[in-house]
Amino acid sequence: MKVKVLSRNPDDYVRETKHDIQRVPRNYDPSLHPFEVSREYTRALNATKLERVFAKPFLASLDGHRDGVNCLAKHPRSLSTLLSGSCDGEVKVWNLTKHECVRTLQAHEGFVRGMVVRHCGTSFFTIGDDKTIKHWKMEAPGYGEEEEPLNTILGKAVFTGLDHHQKNAVFATCGHQVDIWDEQRSTPIRSFTWGVDSFSSVRFNPVETELLGSCASDRSIVLYDMRESTPLKKVIMTMRTNTISWNPMEAYYFTCANEDYNLYTYDMRHLENPVKVHIDHVSAVLDVDYSPTGREFVSASFDKTIRIFPKDSANSREVYHTKRMQHVICVKWSADNKYVLSGSDEMNIRLWKANAAEKLGVLSPREKQAIHYSQKLKEKFQHHPQIKRIARHRHLPKVIYHQKNELKVMKEARRRKERNVRKHSKPGSVPVVSEKEKHVVSVVK
Amino acid sequence: MASPSEADVNVSHVEKKKKRPVRYWQGTEGKAKDDSKTEGQPEQQKRQQNRIKKKRKRDEQPDGGKKVISRRPVRYWQGTEGKTKDDNKTEGQPEQQKRQQNRIKKKRKRDEQPDGGKKVISGKSDPFPGPPPIPKGKLEKFKRKGKIQKPLQHHYKLKDIITRSEEASEMAQKQAARFDLLLPEDAGFLEGDEDEDTCMISQEDIADAVDITSGAKHFNLKLCQFGPYRLDYSRTGRHLLLGGRRGHVACVDWQSKQLMCELNVMESVNDVKWLHTEHMFAVAQKKWLHIYDSNGIELHCIRKFNDVLRMQFLPYHFLLATASATGFLQYLDVSIGKEVAAICTKTGRLDVMCQNPHNAVIHLGHPNGTVTLWSPNQKEALVKMLCHQGGVRSVTVDKTGTYMITSGMDKKMKVFDIRAFKPLRSYFLPTGASCLSLSQRGLLSAATGDIVQVYRDVWSTPVTKPYMAHRVRGSVWGLGFCPFEDVLGVGHGEGFTSMLVPGAGEPNFDGLDANPYRSAKQRQEWEVKALLEKIQPELITLDPSELGYVDRANFEQRHQDRVEALGFDPLGKEKFVPKHKKKGRSSAAGIERRKRQVAHEDQRDVIRKTVEDRMKLEEERNRMKEKKAALSGKRSALDRFKK
Repeated sequence: MKVKVLSRNPDDYVRETKHDIQRVPRNYDPSLHPFEVSREYTRALNATKLERVFAKPFLASLDGHRDGVNCLAKHPRSLSTLLSGSCDGEVKVWNLTKHECVRTLQAHEGFVRGMVVRHCGTSFFTIGDDKTIKHWKMEAPGYGEEEEPLNTILGKAVFTGLDHHQKNAVFATCGHQVDIWDEQRSTPIRSFTWGVDSFSSVRFNPVETELLGSCASDRSIVLYDMRESTPLKKVIMTMRTNTISWNPMEAYYFTCANEDYNLYTYDMRHLENPVKVHIDHVSAVLDVDYSPTGREFVSASFDKTIRIFPKDSANSREVYHTKRMQHVICVKWSADNKYVLSGSDEMNIRLWKANAAEKLGVLSPREKQAIHYSQKLKEKFQHHPQIKRIARHRHLPKVIYHQKNELKVMKEARRRKERNVRKHSKPGSVPVVSEKEKHVVSVVK
Repeated sequence: MASPSEADVNVSHVEKKKKRPVRYWQGTEGKAKDDSKTEGQPEQQKRQQNRIKKKRKRDEQPDGGKKVISRRPVRYWQGTEGKTKDDNKTEGQPEQQKRQQNRIKKKRKRDEQPDGGKKVISGKSDPFPGPPPIPKGKLEKFKRKGKIQKPLQHHYKLKDIITRSEEASEMAQKQAARFDLLLPEDAGFLEGDEDEDTCMISQEDIADAVDITSGAKHFNLKLCQFGPYRLDYSRTGRHLLLGGRRGHVACVDWQSKQLMCELNVMESVNDVKWLHTEHMFAVAQKKWLHIYDSNGIELHCIRKFNDVLRMQFLPYHFLLATASATGFLQYLDVSIGKEVAAICTKTGRLDVMCQNPHNAVIHLGHPNGTVTLWSPNQKEALVKMLCHQGGVRSVTVDKTGTYMITSGMDKKMKVFDIRAFKPLRSYFLPTGASCLSLSQRGLLSAATGDIVQVYRDVWSTPVTKPYMAHRVRGSVWGLGFCPFEDVLGVGHGEGFTSMLVPGAGEPNFDGLDANPYRSAKQRQEWEVKALLEKIQPELITLDPSELGYVDRANFEQRHQDRVEALGFDPLGKEKFVPKHKKKGRSSAAGIERRKRQVAHEDQRDVIRKTVEDRMKLEEERNRMKEKKAALSGKRSALDRFKK
């Protein structure tokens, strides 16, 4: 007779001393782990719920301005520095880690319309309603010294937008026309006009650095090449565009914030149709800024919310609002892809997490692993209705909620009417116009 | 094919050329390769070979002609695997797989090439380059799903995602299979000498033959006052719960033989069951269902559950399923203390019950010979199977949820495949089996009167005699294998007997699931985790992996969506309403005739259209064929003059 009976030595399975960690022998045999899918699903559901529980995006509010914040500027070299300009002509430099203002200067009379930090990070430019362009040093003046700009250029008309070239000592302004300035000269080296209009914003392309785009009050977006004397092309839309922002990774895409509550992502090469129409705001969109990864962008709206959109999705993945935040005028995505900054009408700058449920600070490896695991699970089960519902749900202020529903009803009514017209007219006489095609009037070259 | 060790032995010392020893996977392939070589090989390869040969000669010369046979070390996997692999190869394999294998072979060959392999400074090459192959059976064990059909070319992103996830799962599968080789324990076994039946070996002999700790696992508890006994082992296998018919309830840490609590409920006890931990257990008493803790303190008396006869605990759902004498199947969620479902089965007294551990479906046996399958989400049975002529006495399901074994009043024991609901085997037991129980490794114990028989492989091969047998005092009332131990607990009229059944228990437990050696802290942590991932009762279905499949919209759903989007039904047909004619020409018959005419016309249209479509398709196909033929046929210079 040969016999063997299971007989385990407890020493192999129990820790030796109290100071050791517990032994956990594993056996991955699937038959010992039944209900794999249902258990994973439950885990995914829990992870999704916890994500919503931990979604606390608001970090800090920076107060100190005495009028609405009109423009923000990121520092290209320092993550913790932020510049803001307000409607009373004041510019403040902030230290974001300490949540405090480090410098205040009265830059202009009237609004500060635009602000940009030079690529080297040692100085910055401001424009204001007083028709001046001022060049300031980033360092605060020494004790007893007076706060004075390095250089002041007096223009002929009011400037409304400003951007600096990525590498060269060249910047662009817009107002009645788009001007390209050399830093050393007091007159523009090039001016672009296309019809009589006023421009609201101008932005340099971050990759093709000689290209720039601007949006004008005649509902058009115009593209320029700095090396040429005439503009490249423009697209005219049904409503006015407020600002544009280039995708920093795929720099042939840009997104524009429109007055018709939508954002449009265009491919620079094919302006006939937008690549994507981003709906969700319930009022005019005032500002837009891309994340440095180029996968998402944040938009600020007159409806007192800011929203985060994935670049190829029509709907926003996130909406931020507080009871106190009024019309959001300007928004920026921080260069480390972690924070969003918004400046609003009621004189505050707000600091938000870009990923609402993210845990800040140093993570232990096990924490990291757990986060990765739950992330993967959420991804795996994202289309299950219950998980989808929880992950998508966002609380909205009552006004916005009702406005959203109202817009939905209006849209549906319009659609229904069009459908009825089509149904009762000669086939082919009322063509189907897609949402993308609807908003473009024409493209001019 | 000779195994590699044999090949080594056969090498004679006077051989001319040093031959590379053969690895098990090279056996036939090498030959095949040789064959192909003779047929016609690319020039380059030949040249390379020549070079290699020369090199080898050069290497050998310094030895002064003295041949040293280096015996290659044999690895553990080389012995048996080669054969199984060979068997697999002889079976008809799909073309693609073969091709892939060839590719792998080539790759290996490249790795293997004597002088192409990794070189160490000493000039030797690695005798076993690359990772060791994983036994196929092990890989198969961890396989989850077959390959997904790749989407079309233009879904490049989706394709990429699928490829990546497939790669990841393949890697996980391989790692798990590799890890399986490292598991510390082996399963037990019992083998008789020649002309000695294992079923004739007595428990005392086994207990004497094995070590002391294992020998101590065979014991008898003489409890003749309050019997017969039902029993239940906790999920980790450390604790034993005994419930005597006449009210005696005891829980024991049976390995250390420590009594945790003992009480007499002063009522008849129908069944006992551990809940999720060894701190709580449920006792089905004469009238109500009671919950006690491990100190014997009554925690709850649940008056919603009356006349309970049998109970089952679903550990991942935290559900206690009870079957009562009034024909009710009730589910109690023990984590929140709520009754989840109460189903009136309308089949009378329910005293045969078991659960399918694979999908948490409850099986009930009935006096009319049927076995019904139940989930808490449905008021009717999921499945009704007629299994026996005469009543069903006992039911049990194996842990993979593939086989169900039933015994009936007709003295038969039957094995069913419950994925296909088909009978597989039927055995005749002279006295019939009153209790059945399956172990983790698939041993079946059946109680026939006062004899407990254990069978092996009841579903794969027809069994003629039991693997083990043991006679207890008094008729058997409860049977249960202890998880992770080679122990079978038998509750009978005279108390309790713990039997040694080598090969019954799963040798390697998973520490995060059910750990017999867990500390109090570990148990607490496990409890929190387990409660967090409690599966909702709505997810109990016949196929537990159903949640992982894509829910494809069928034609009707898609059509409905389309109708909703468009606002009208594009496929809908207006119903023909015949015009009303005057002067008596609109008689009922006339209307009917006109209707039929129109319907006929419609049908003719449809037929015409299908015929046309078919013709077109055929034409297209012919054209394609011609084109292909024209392309494949060799064109000569004169072909251009052809029209």
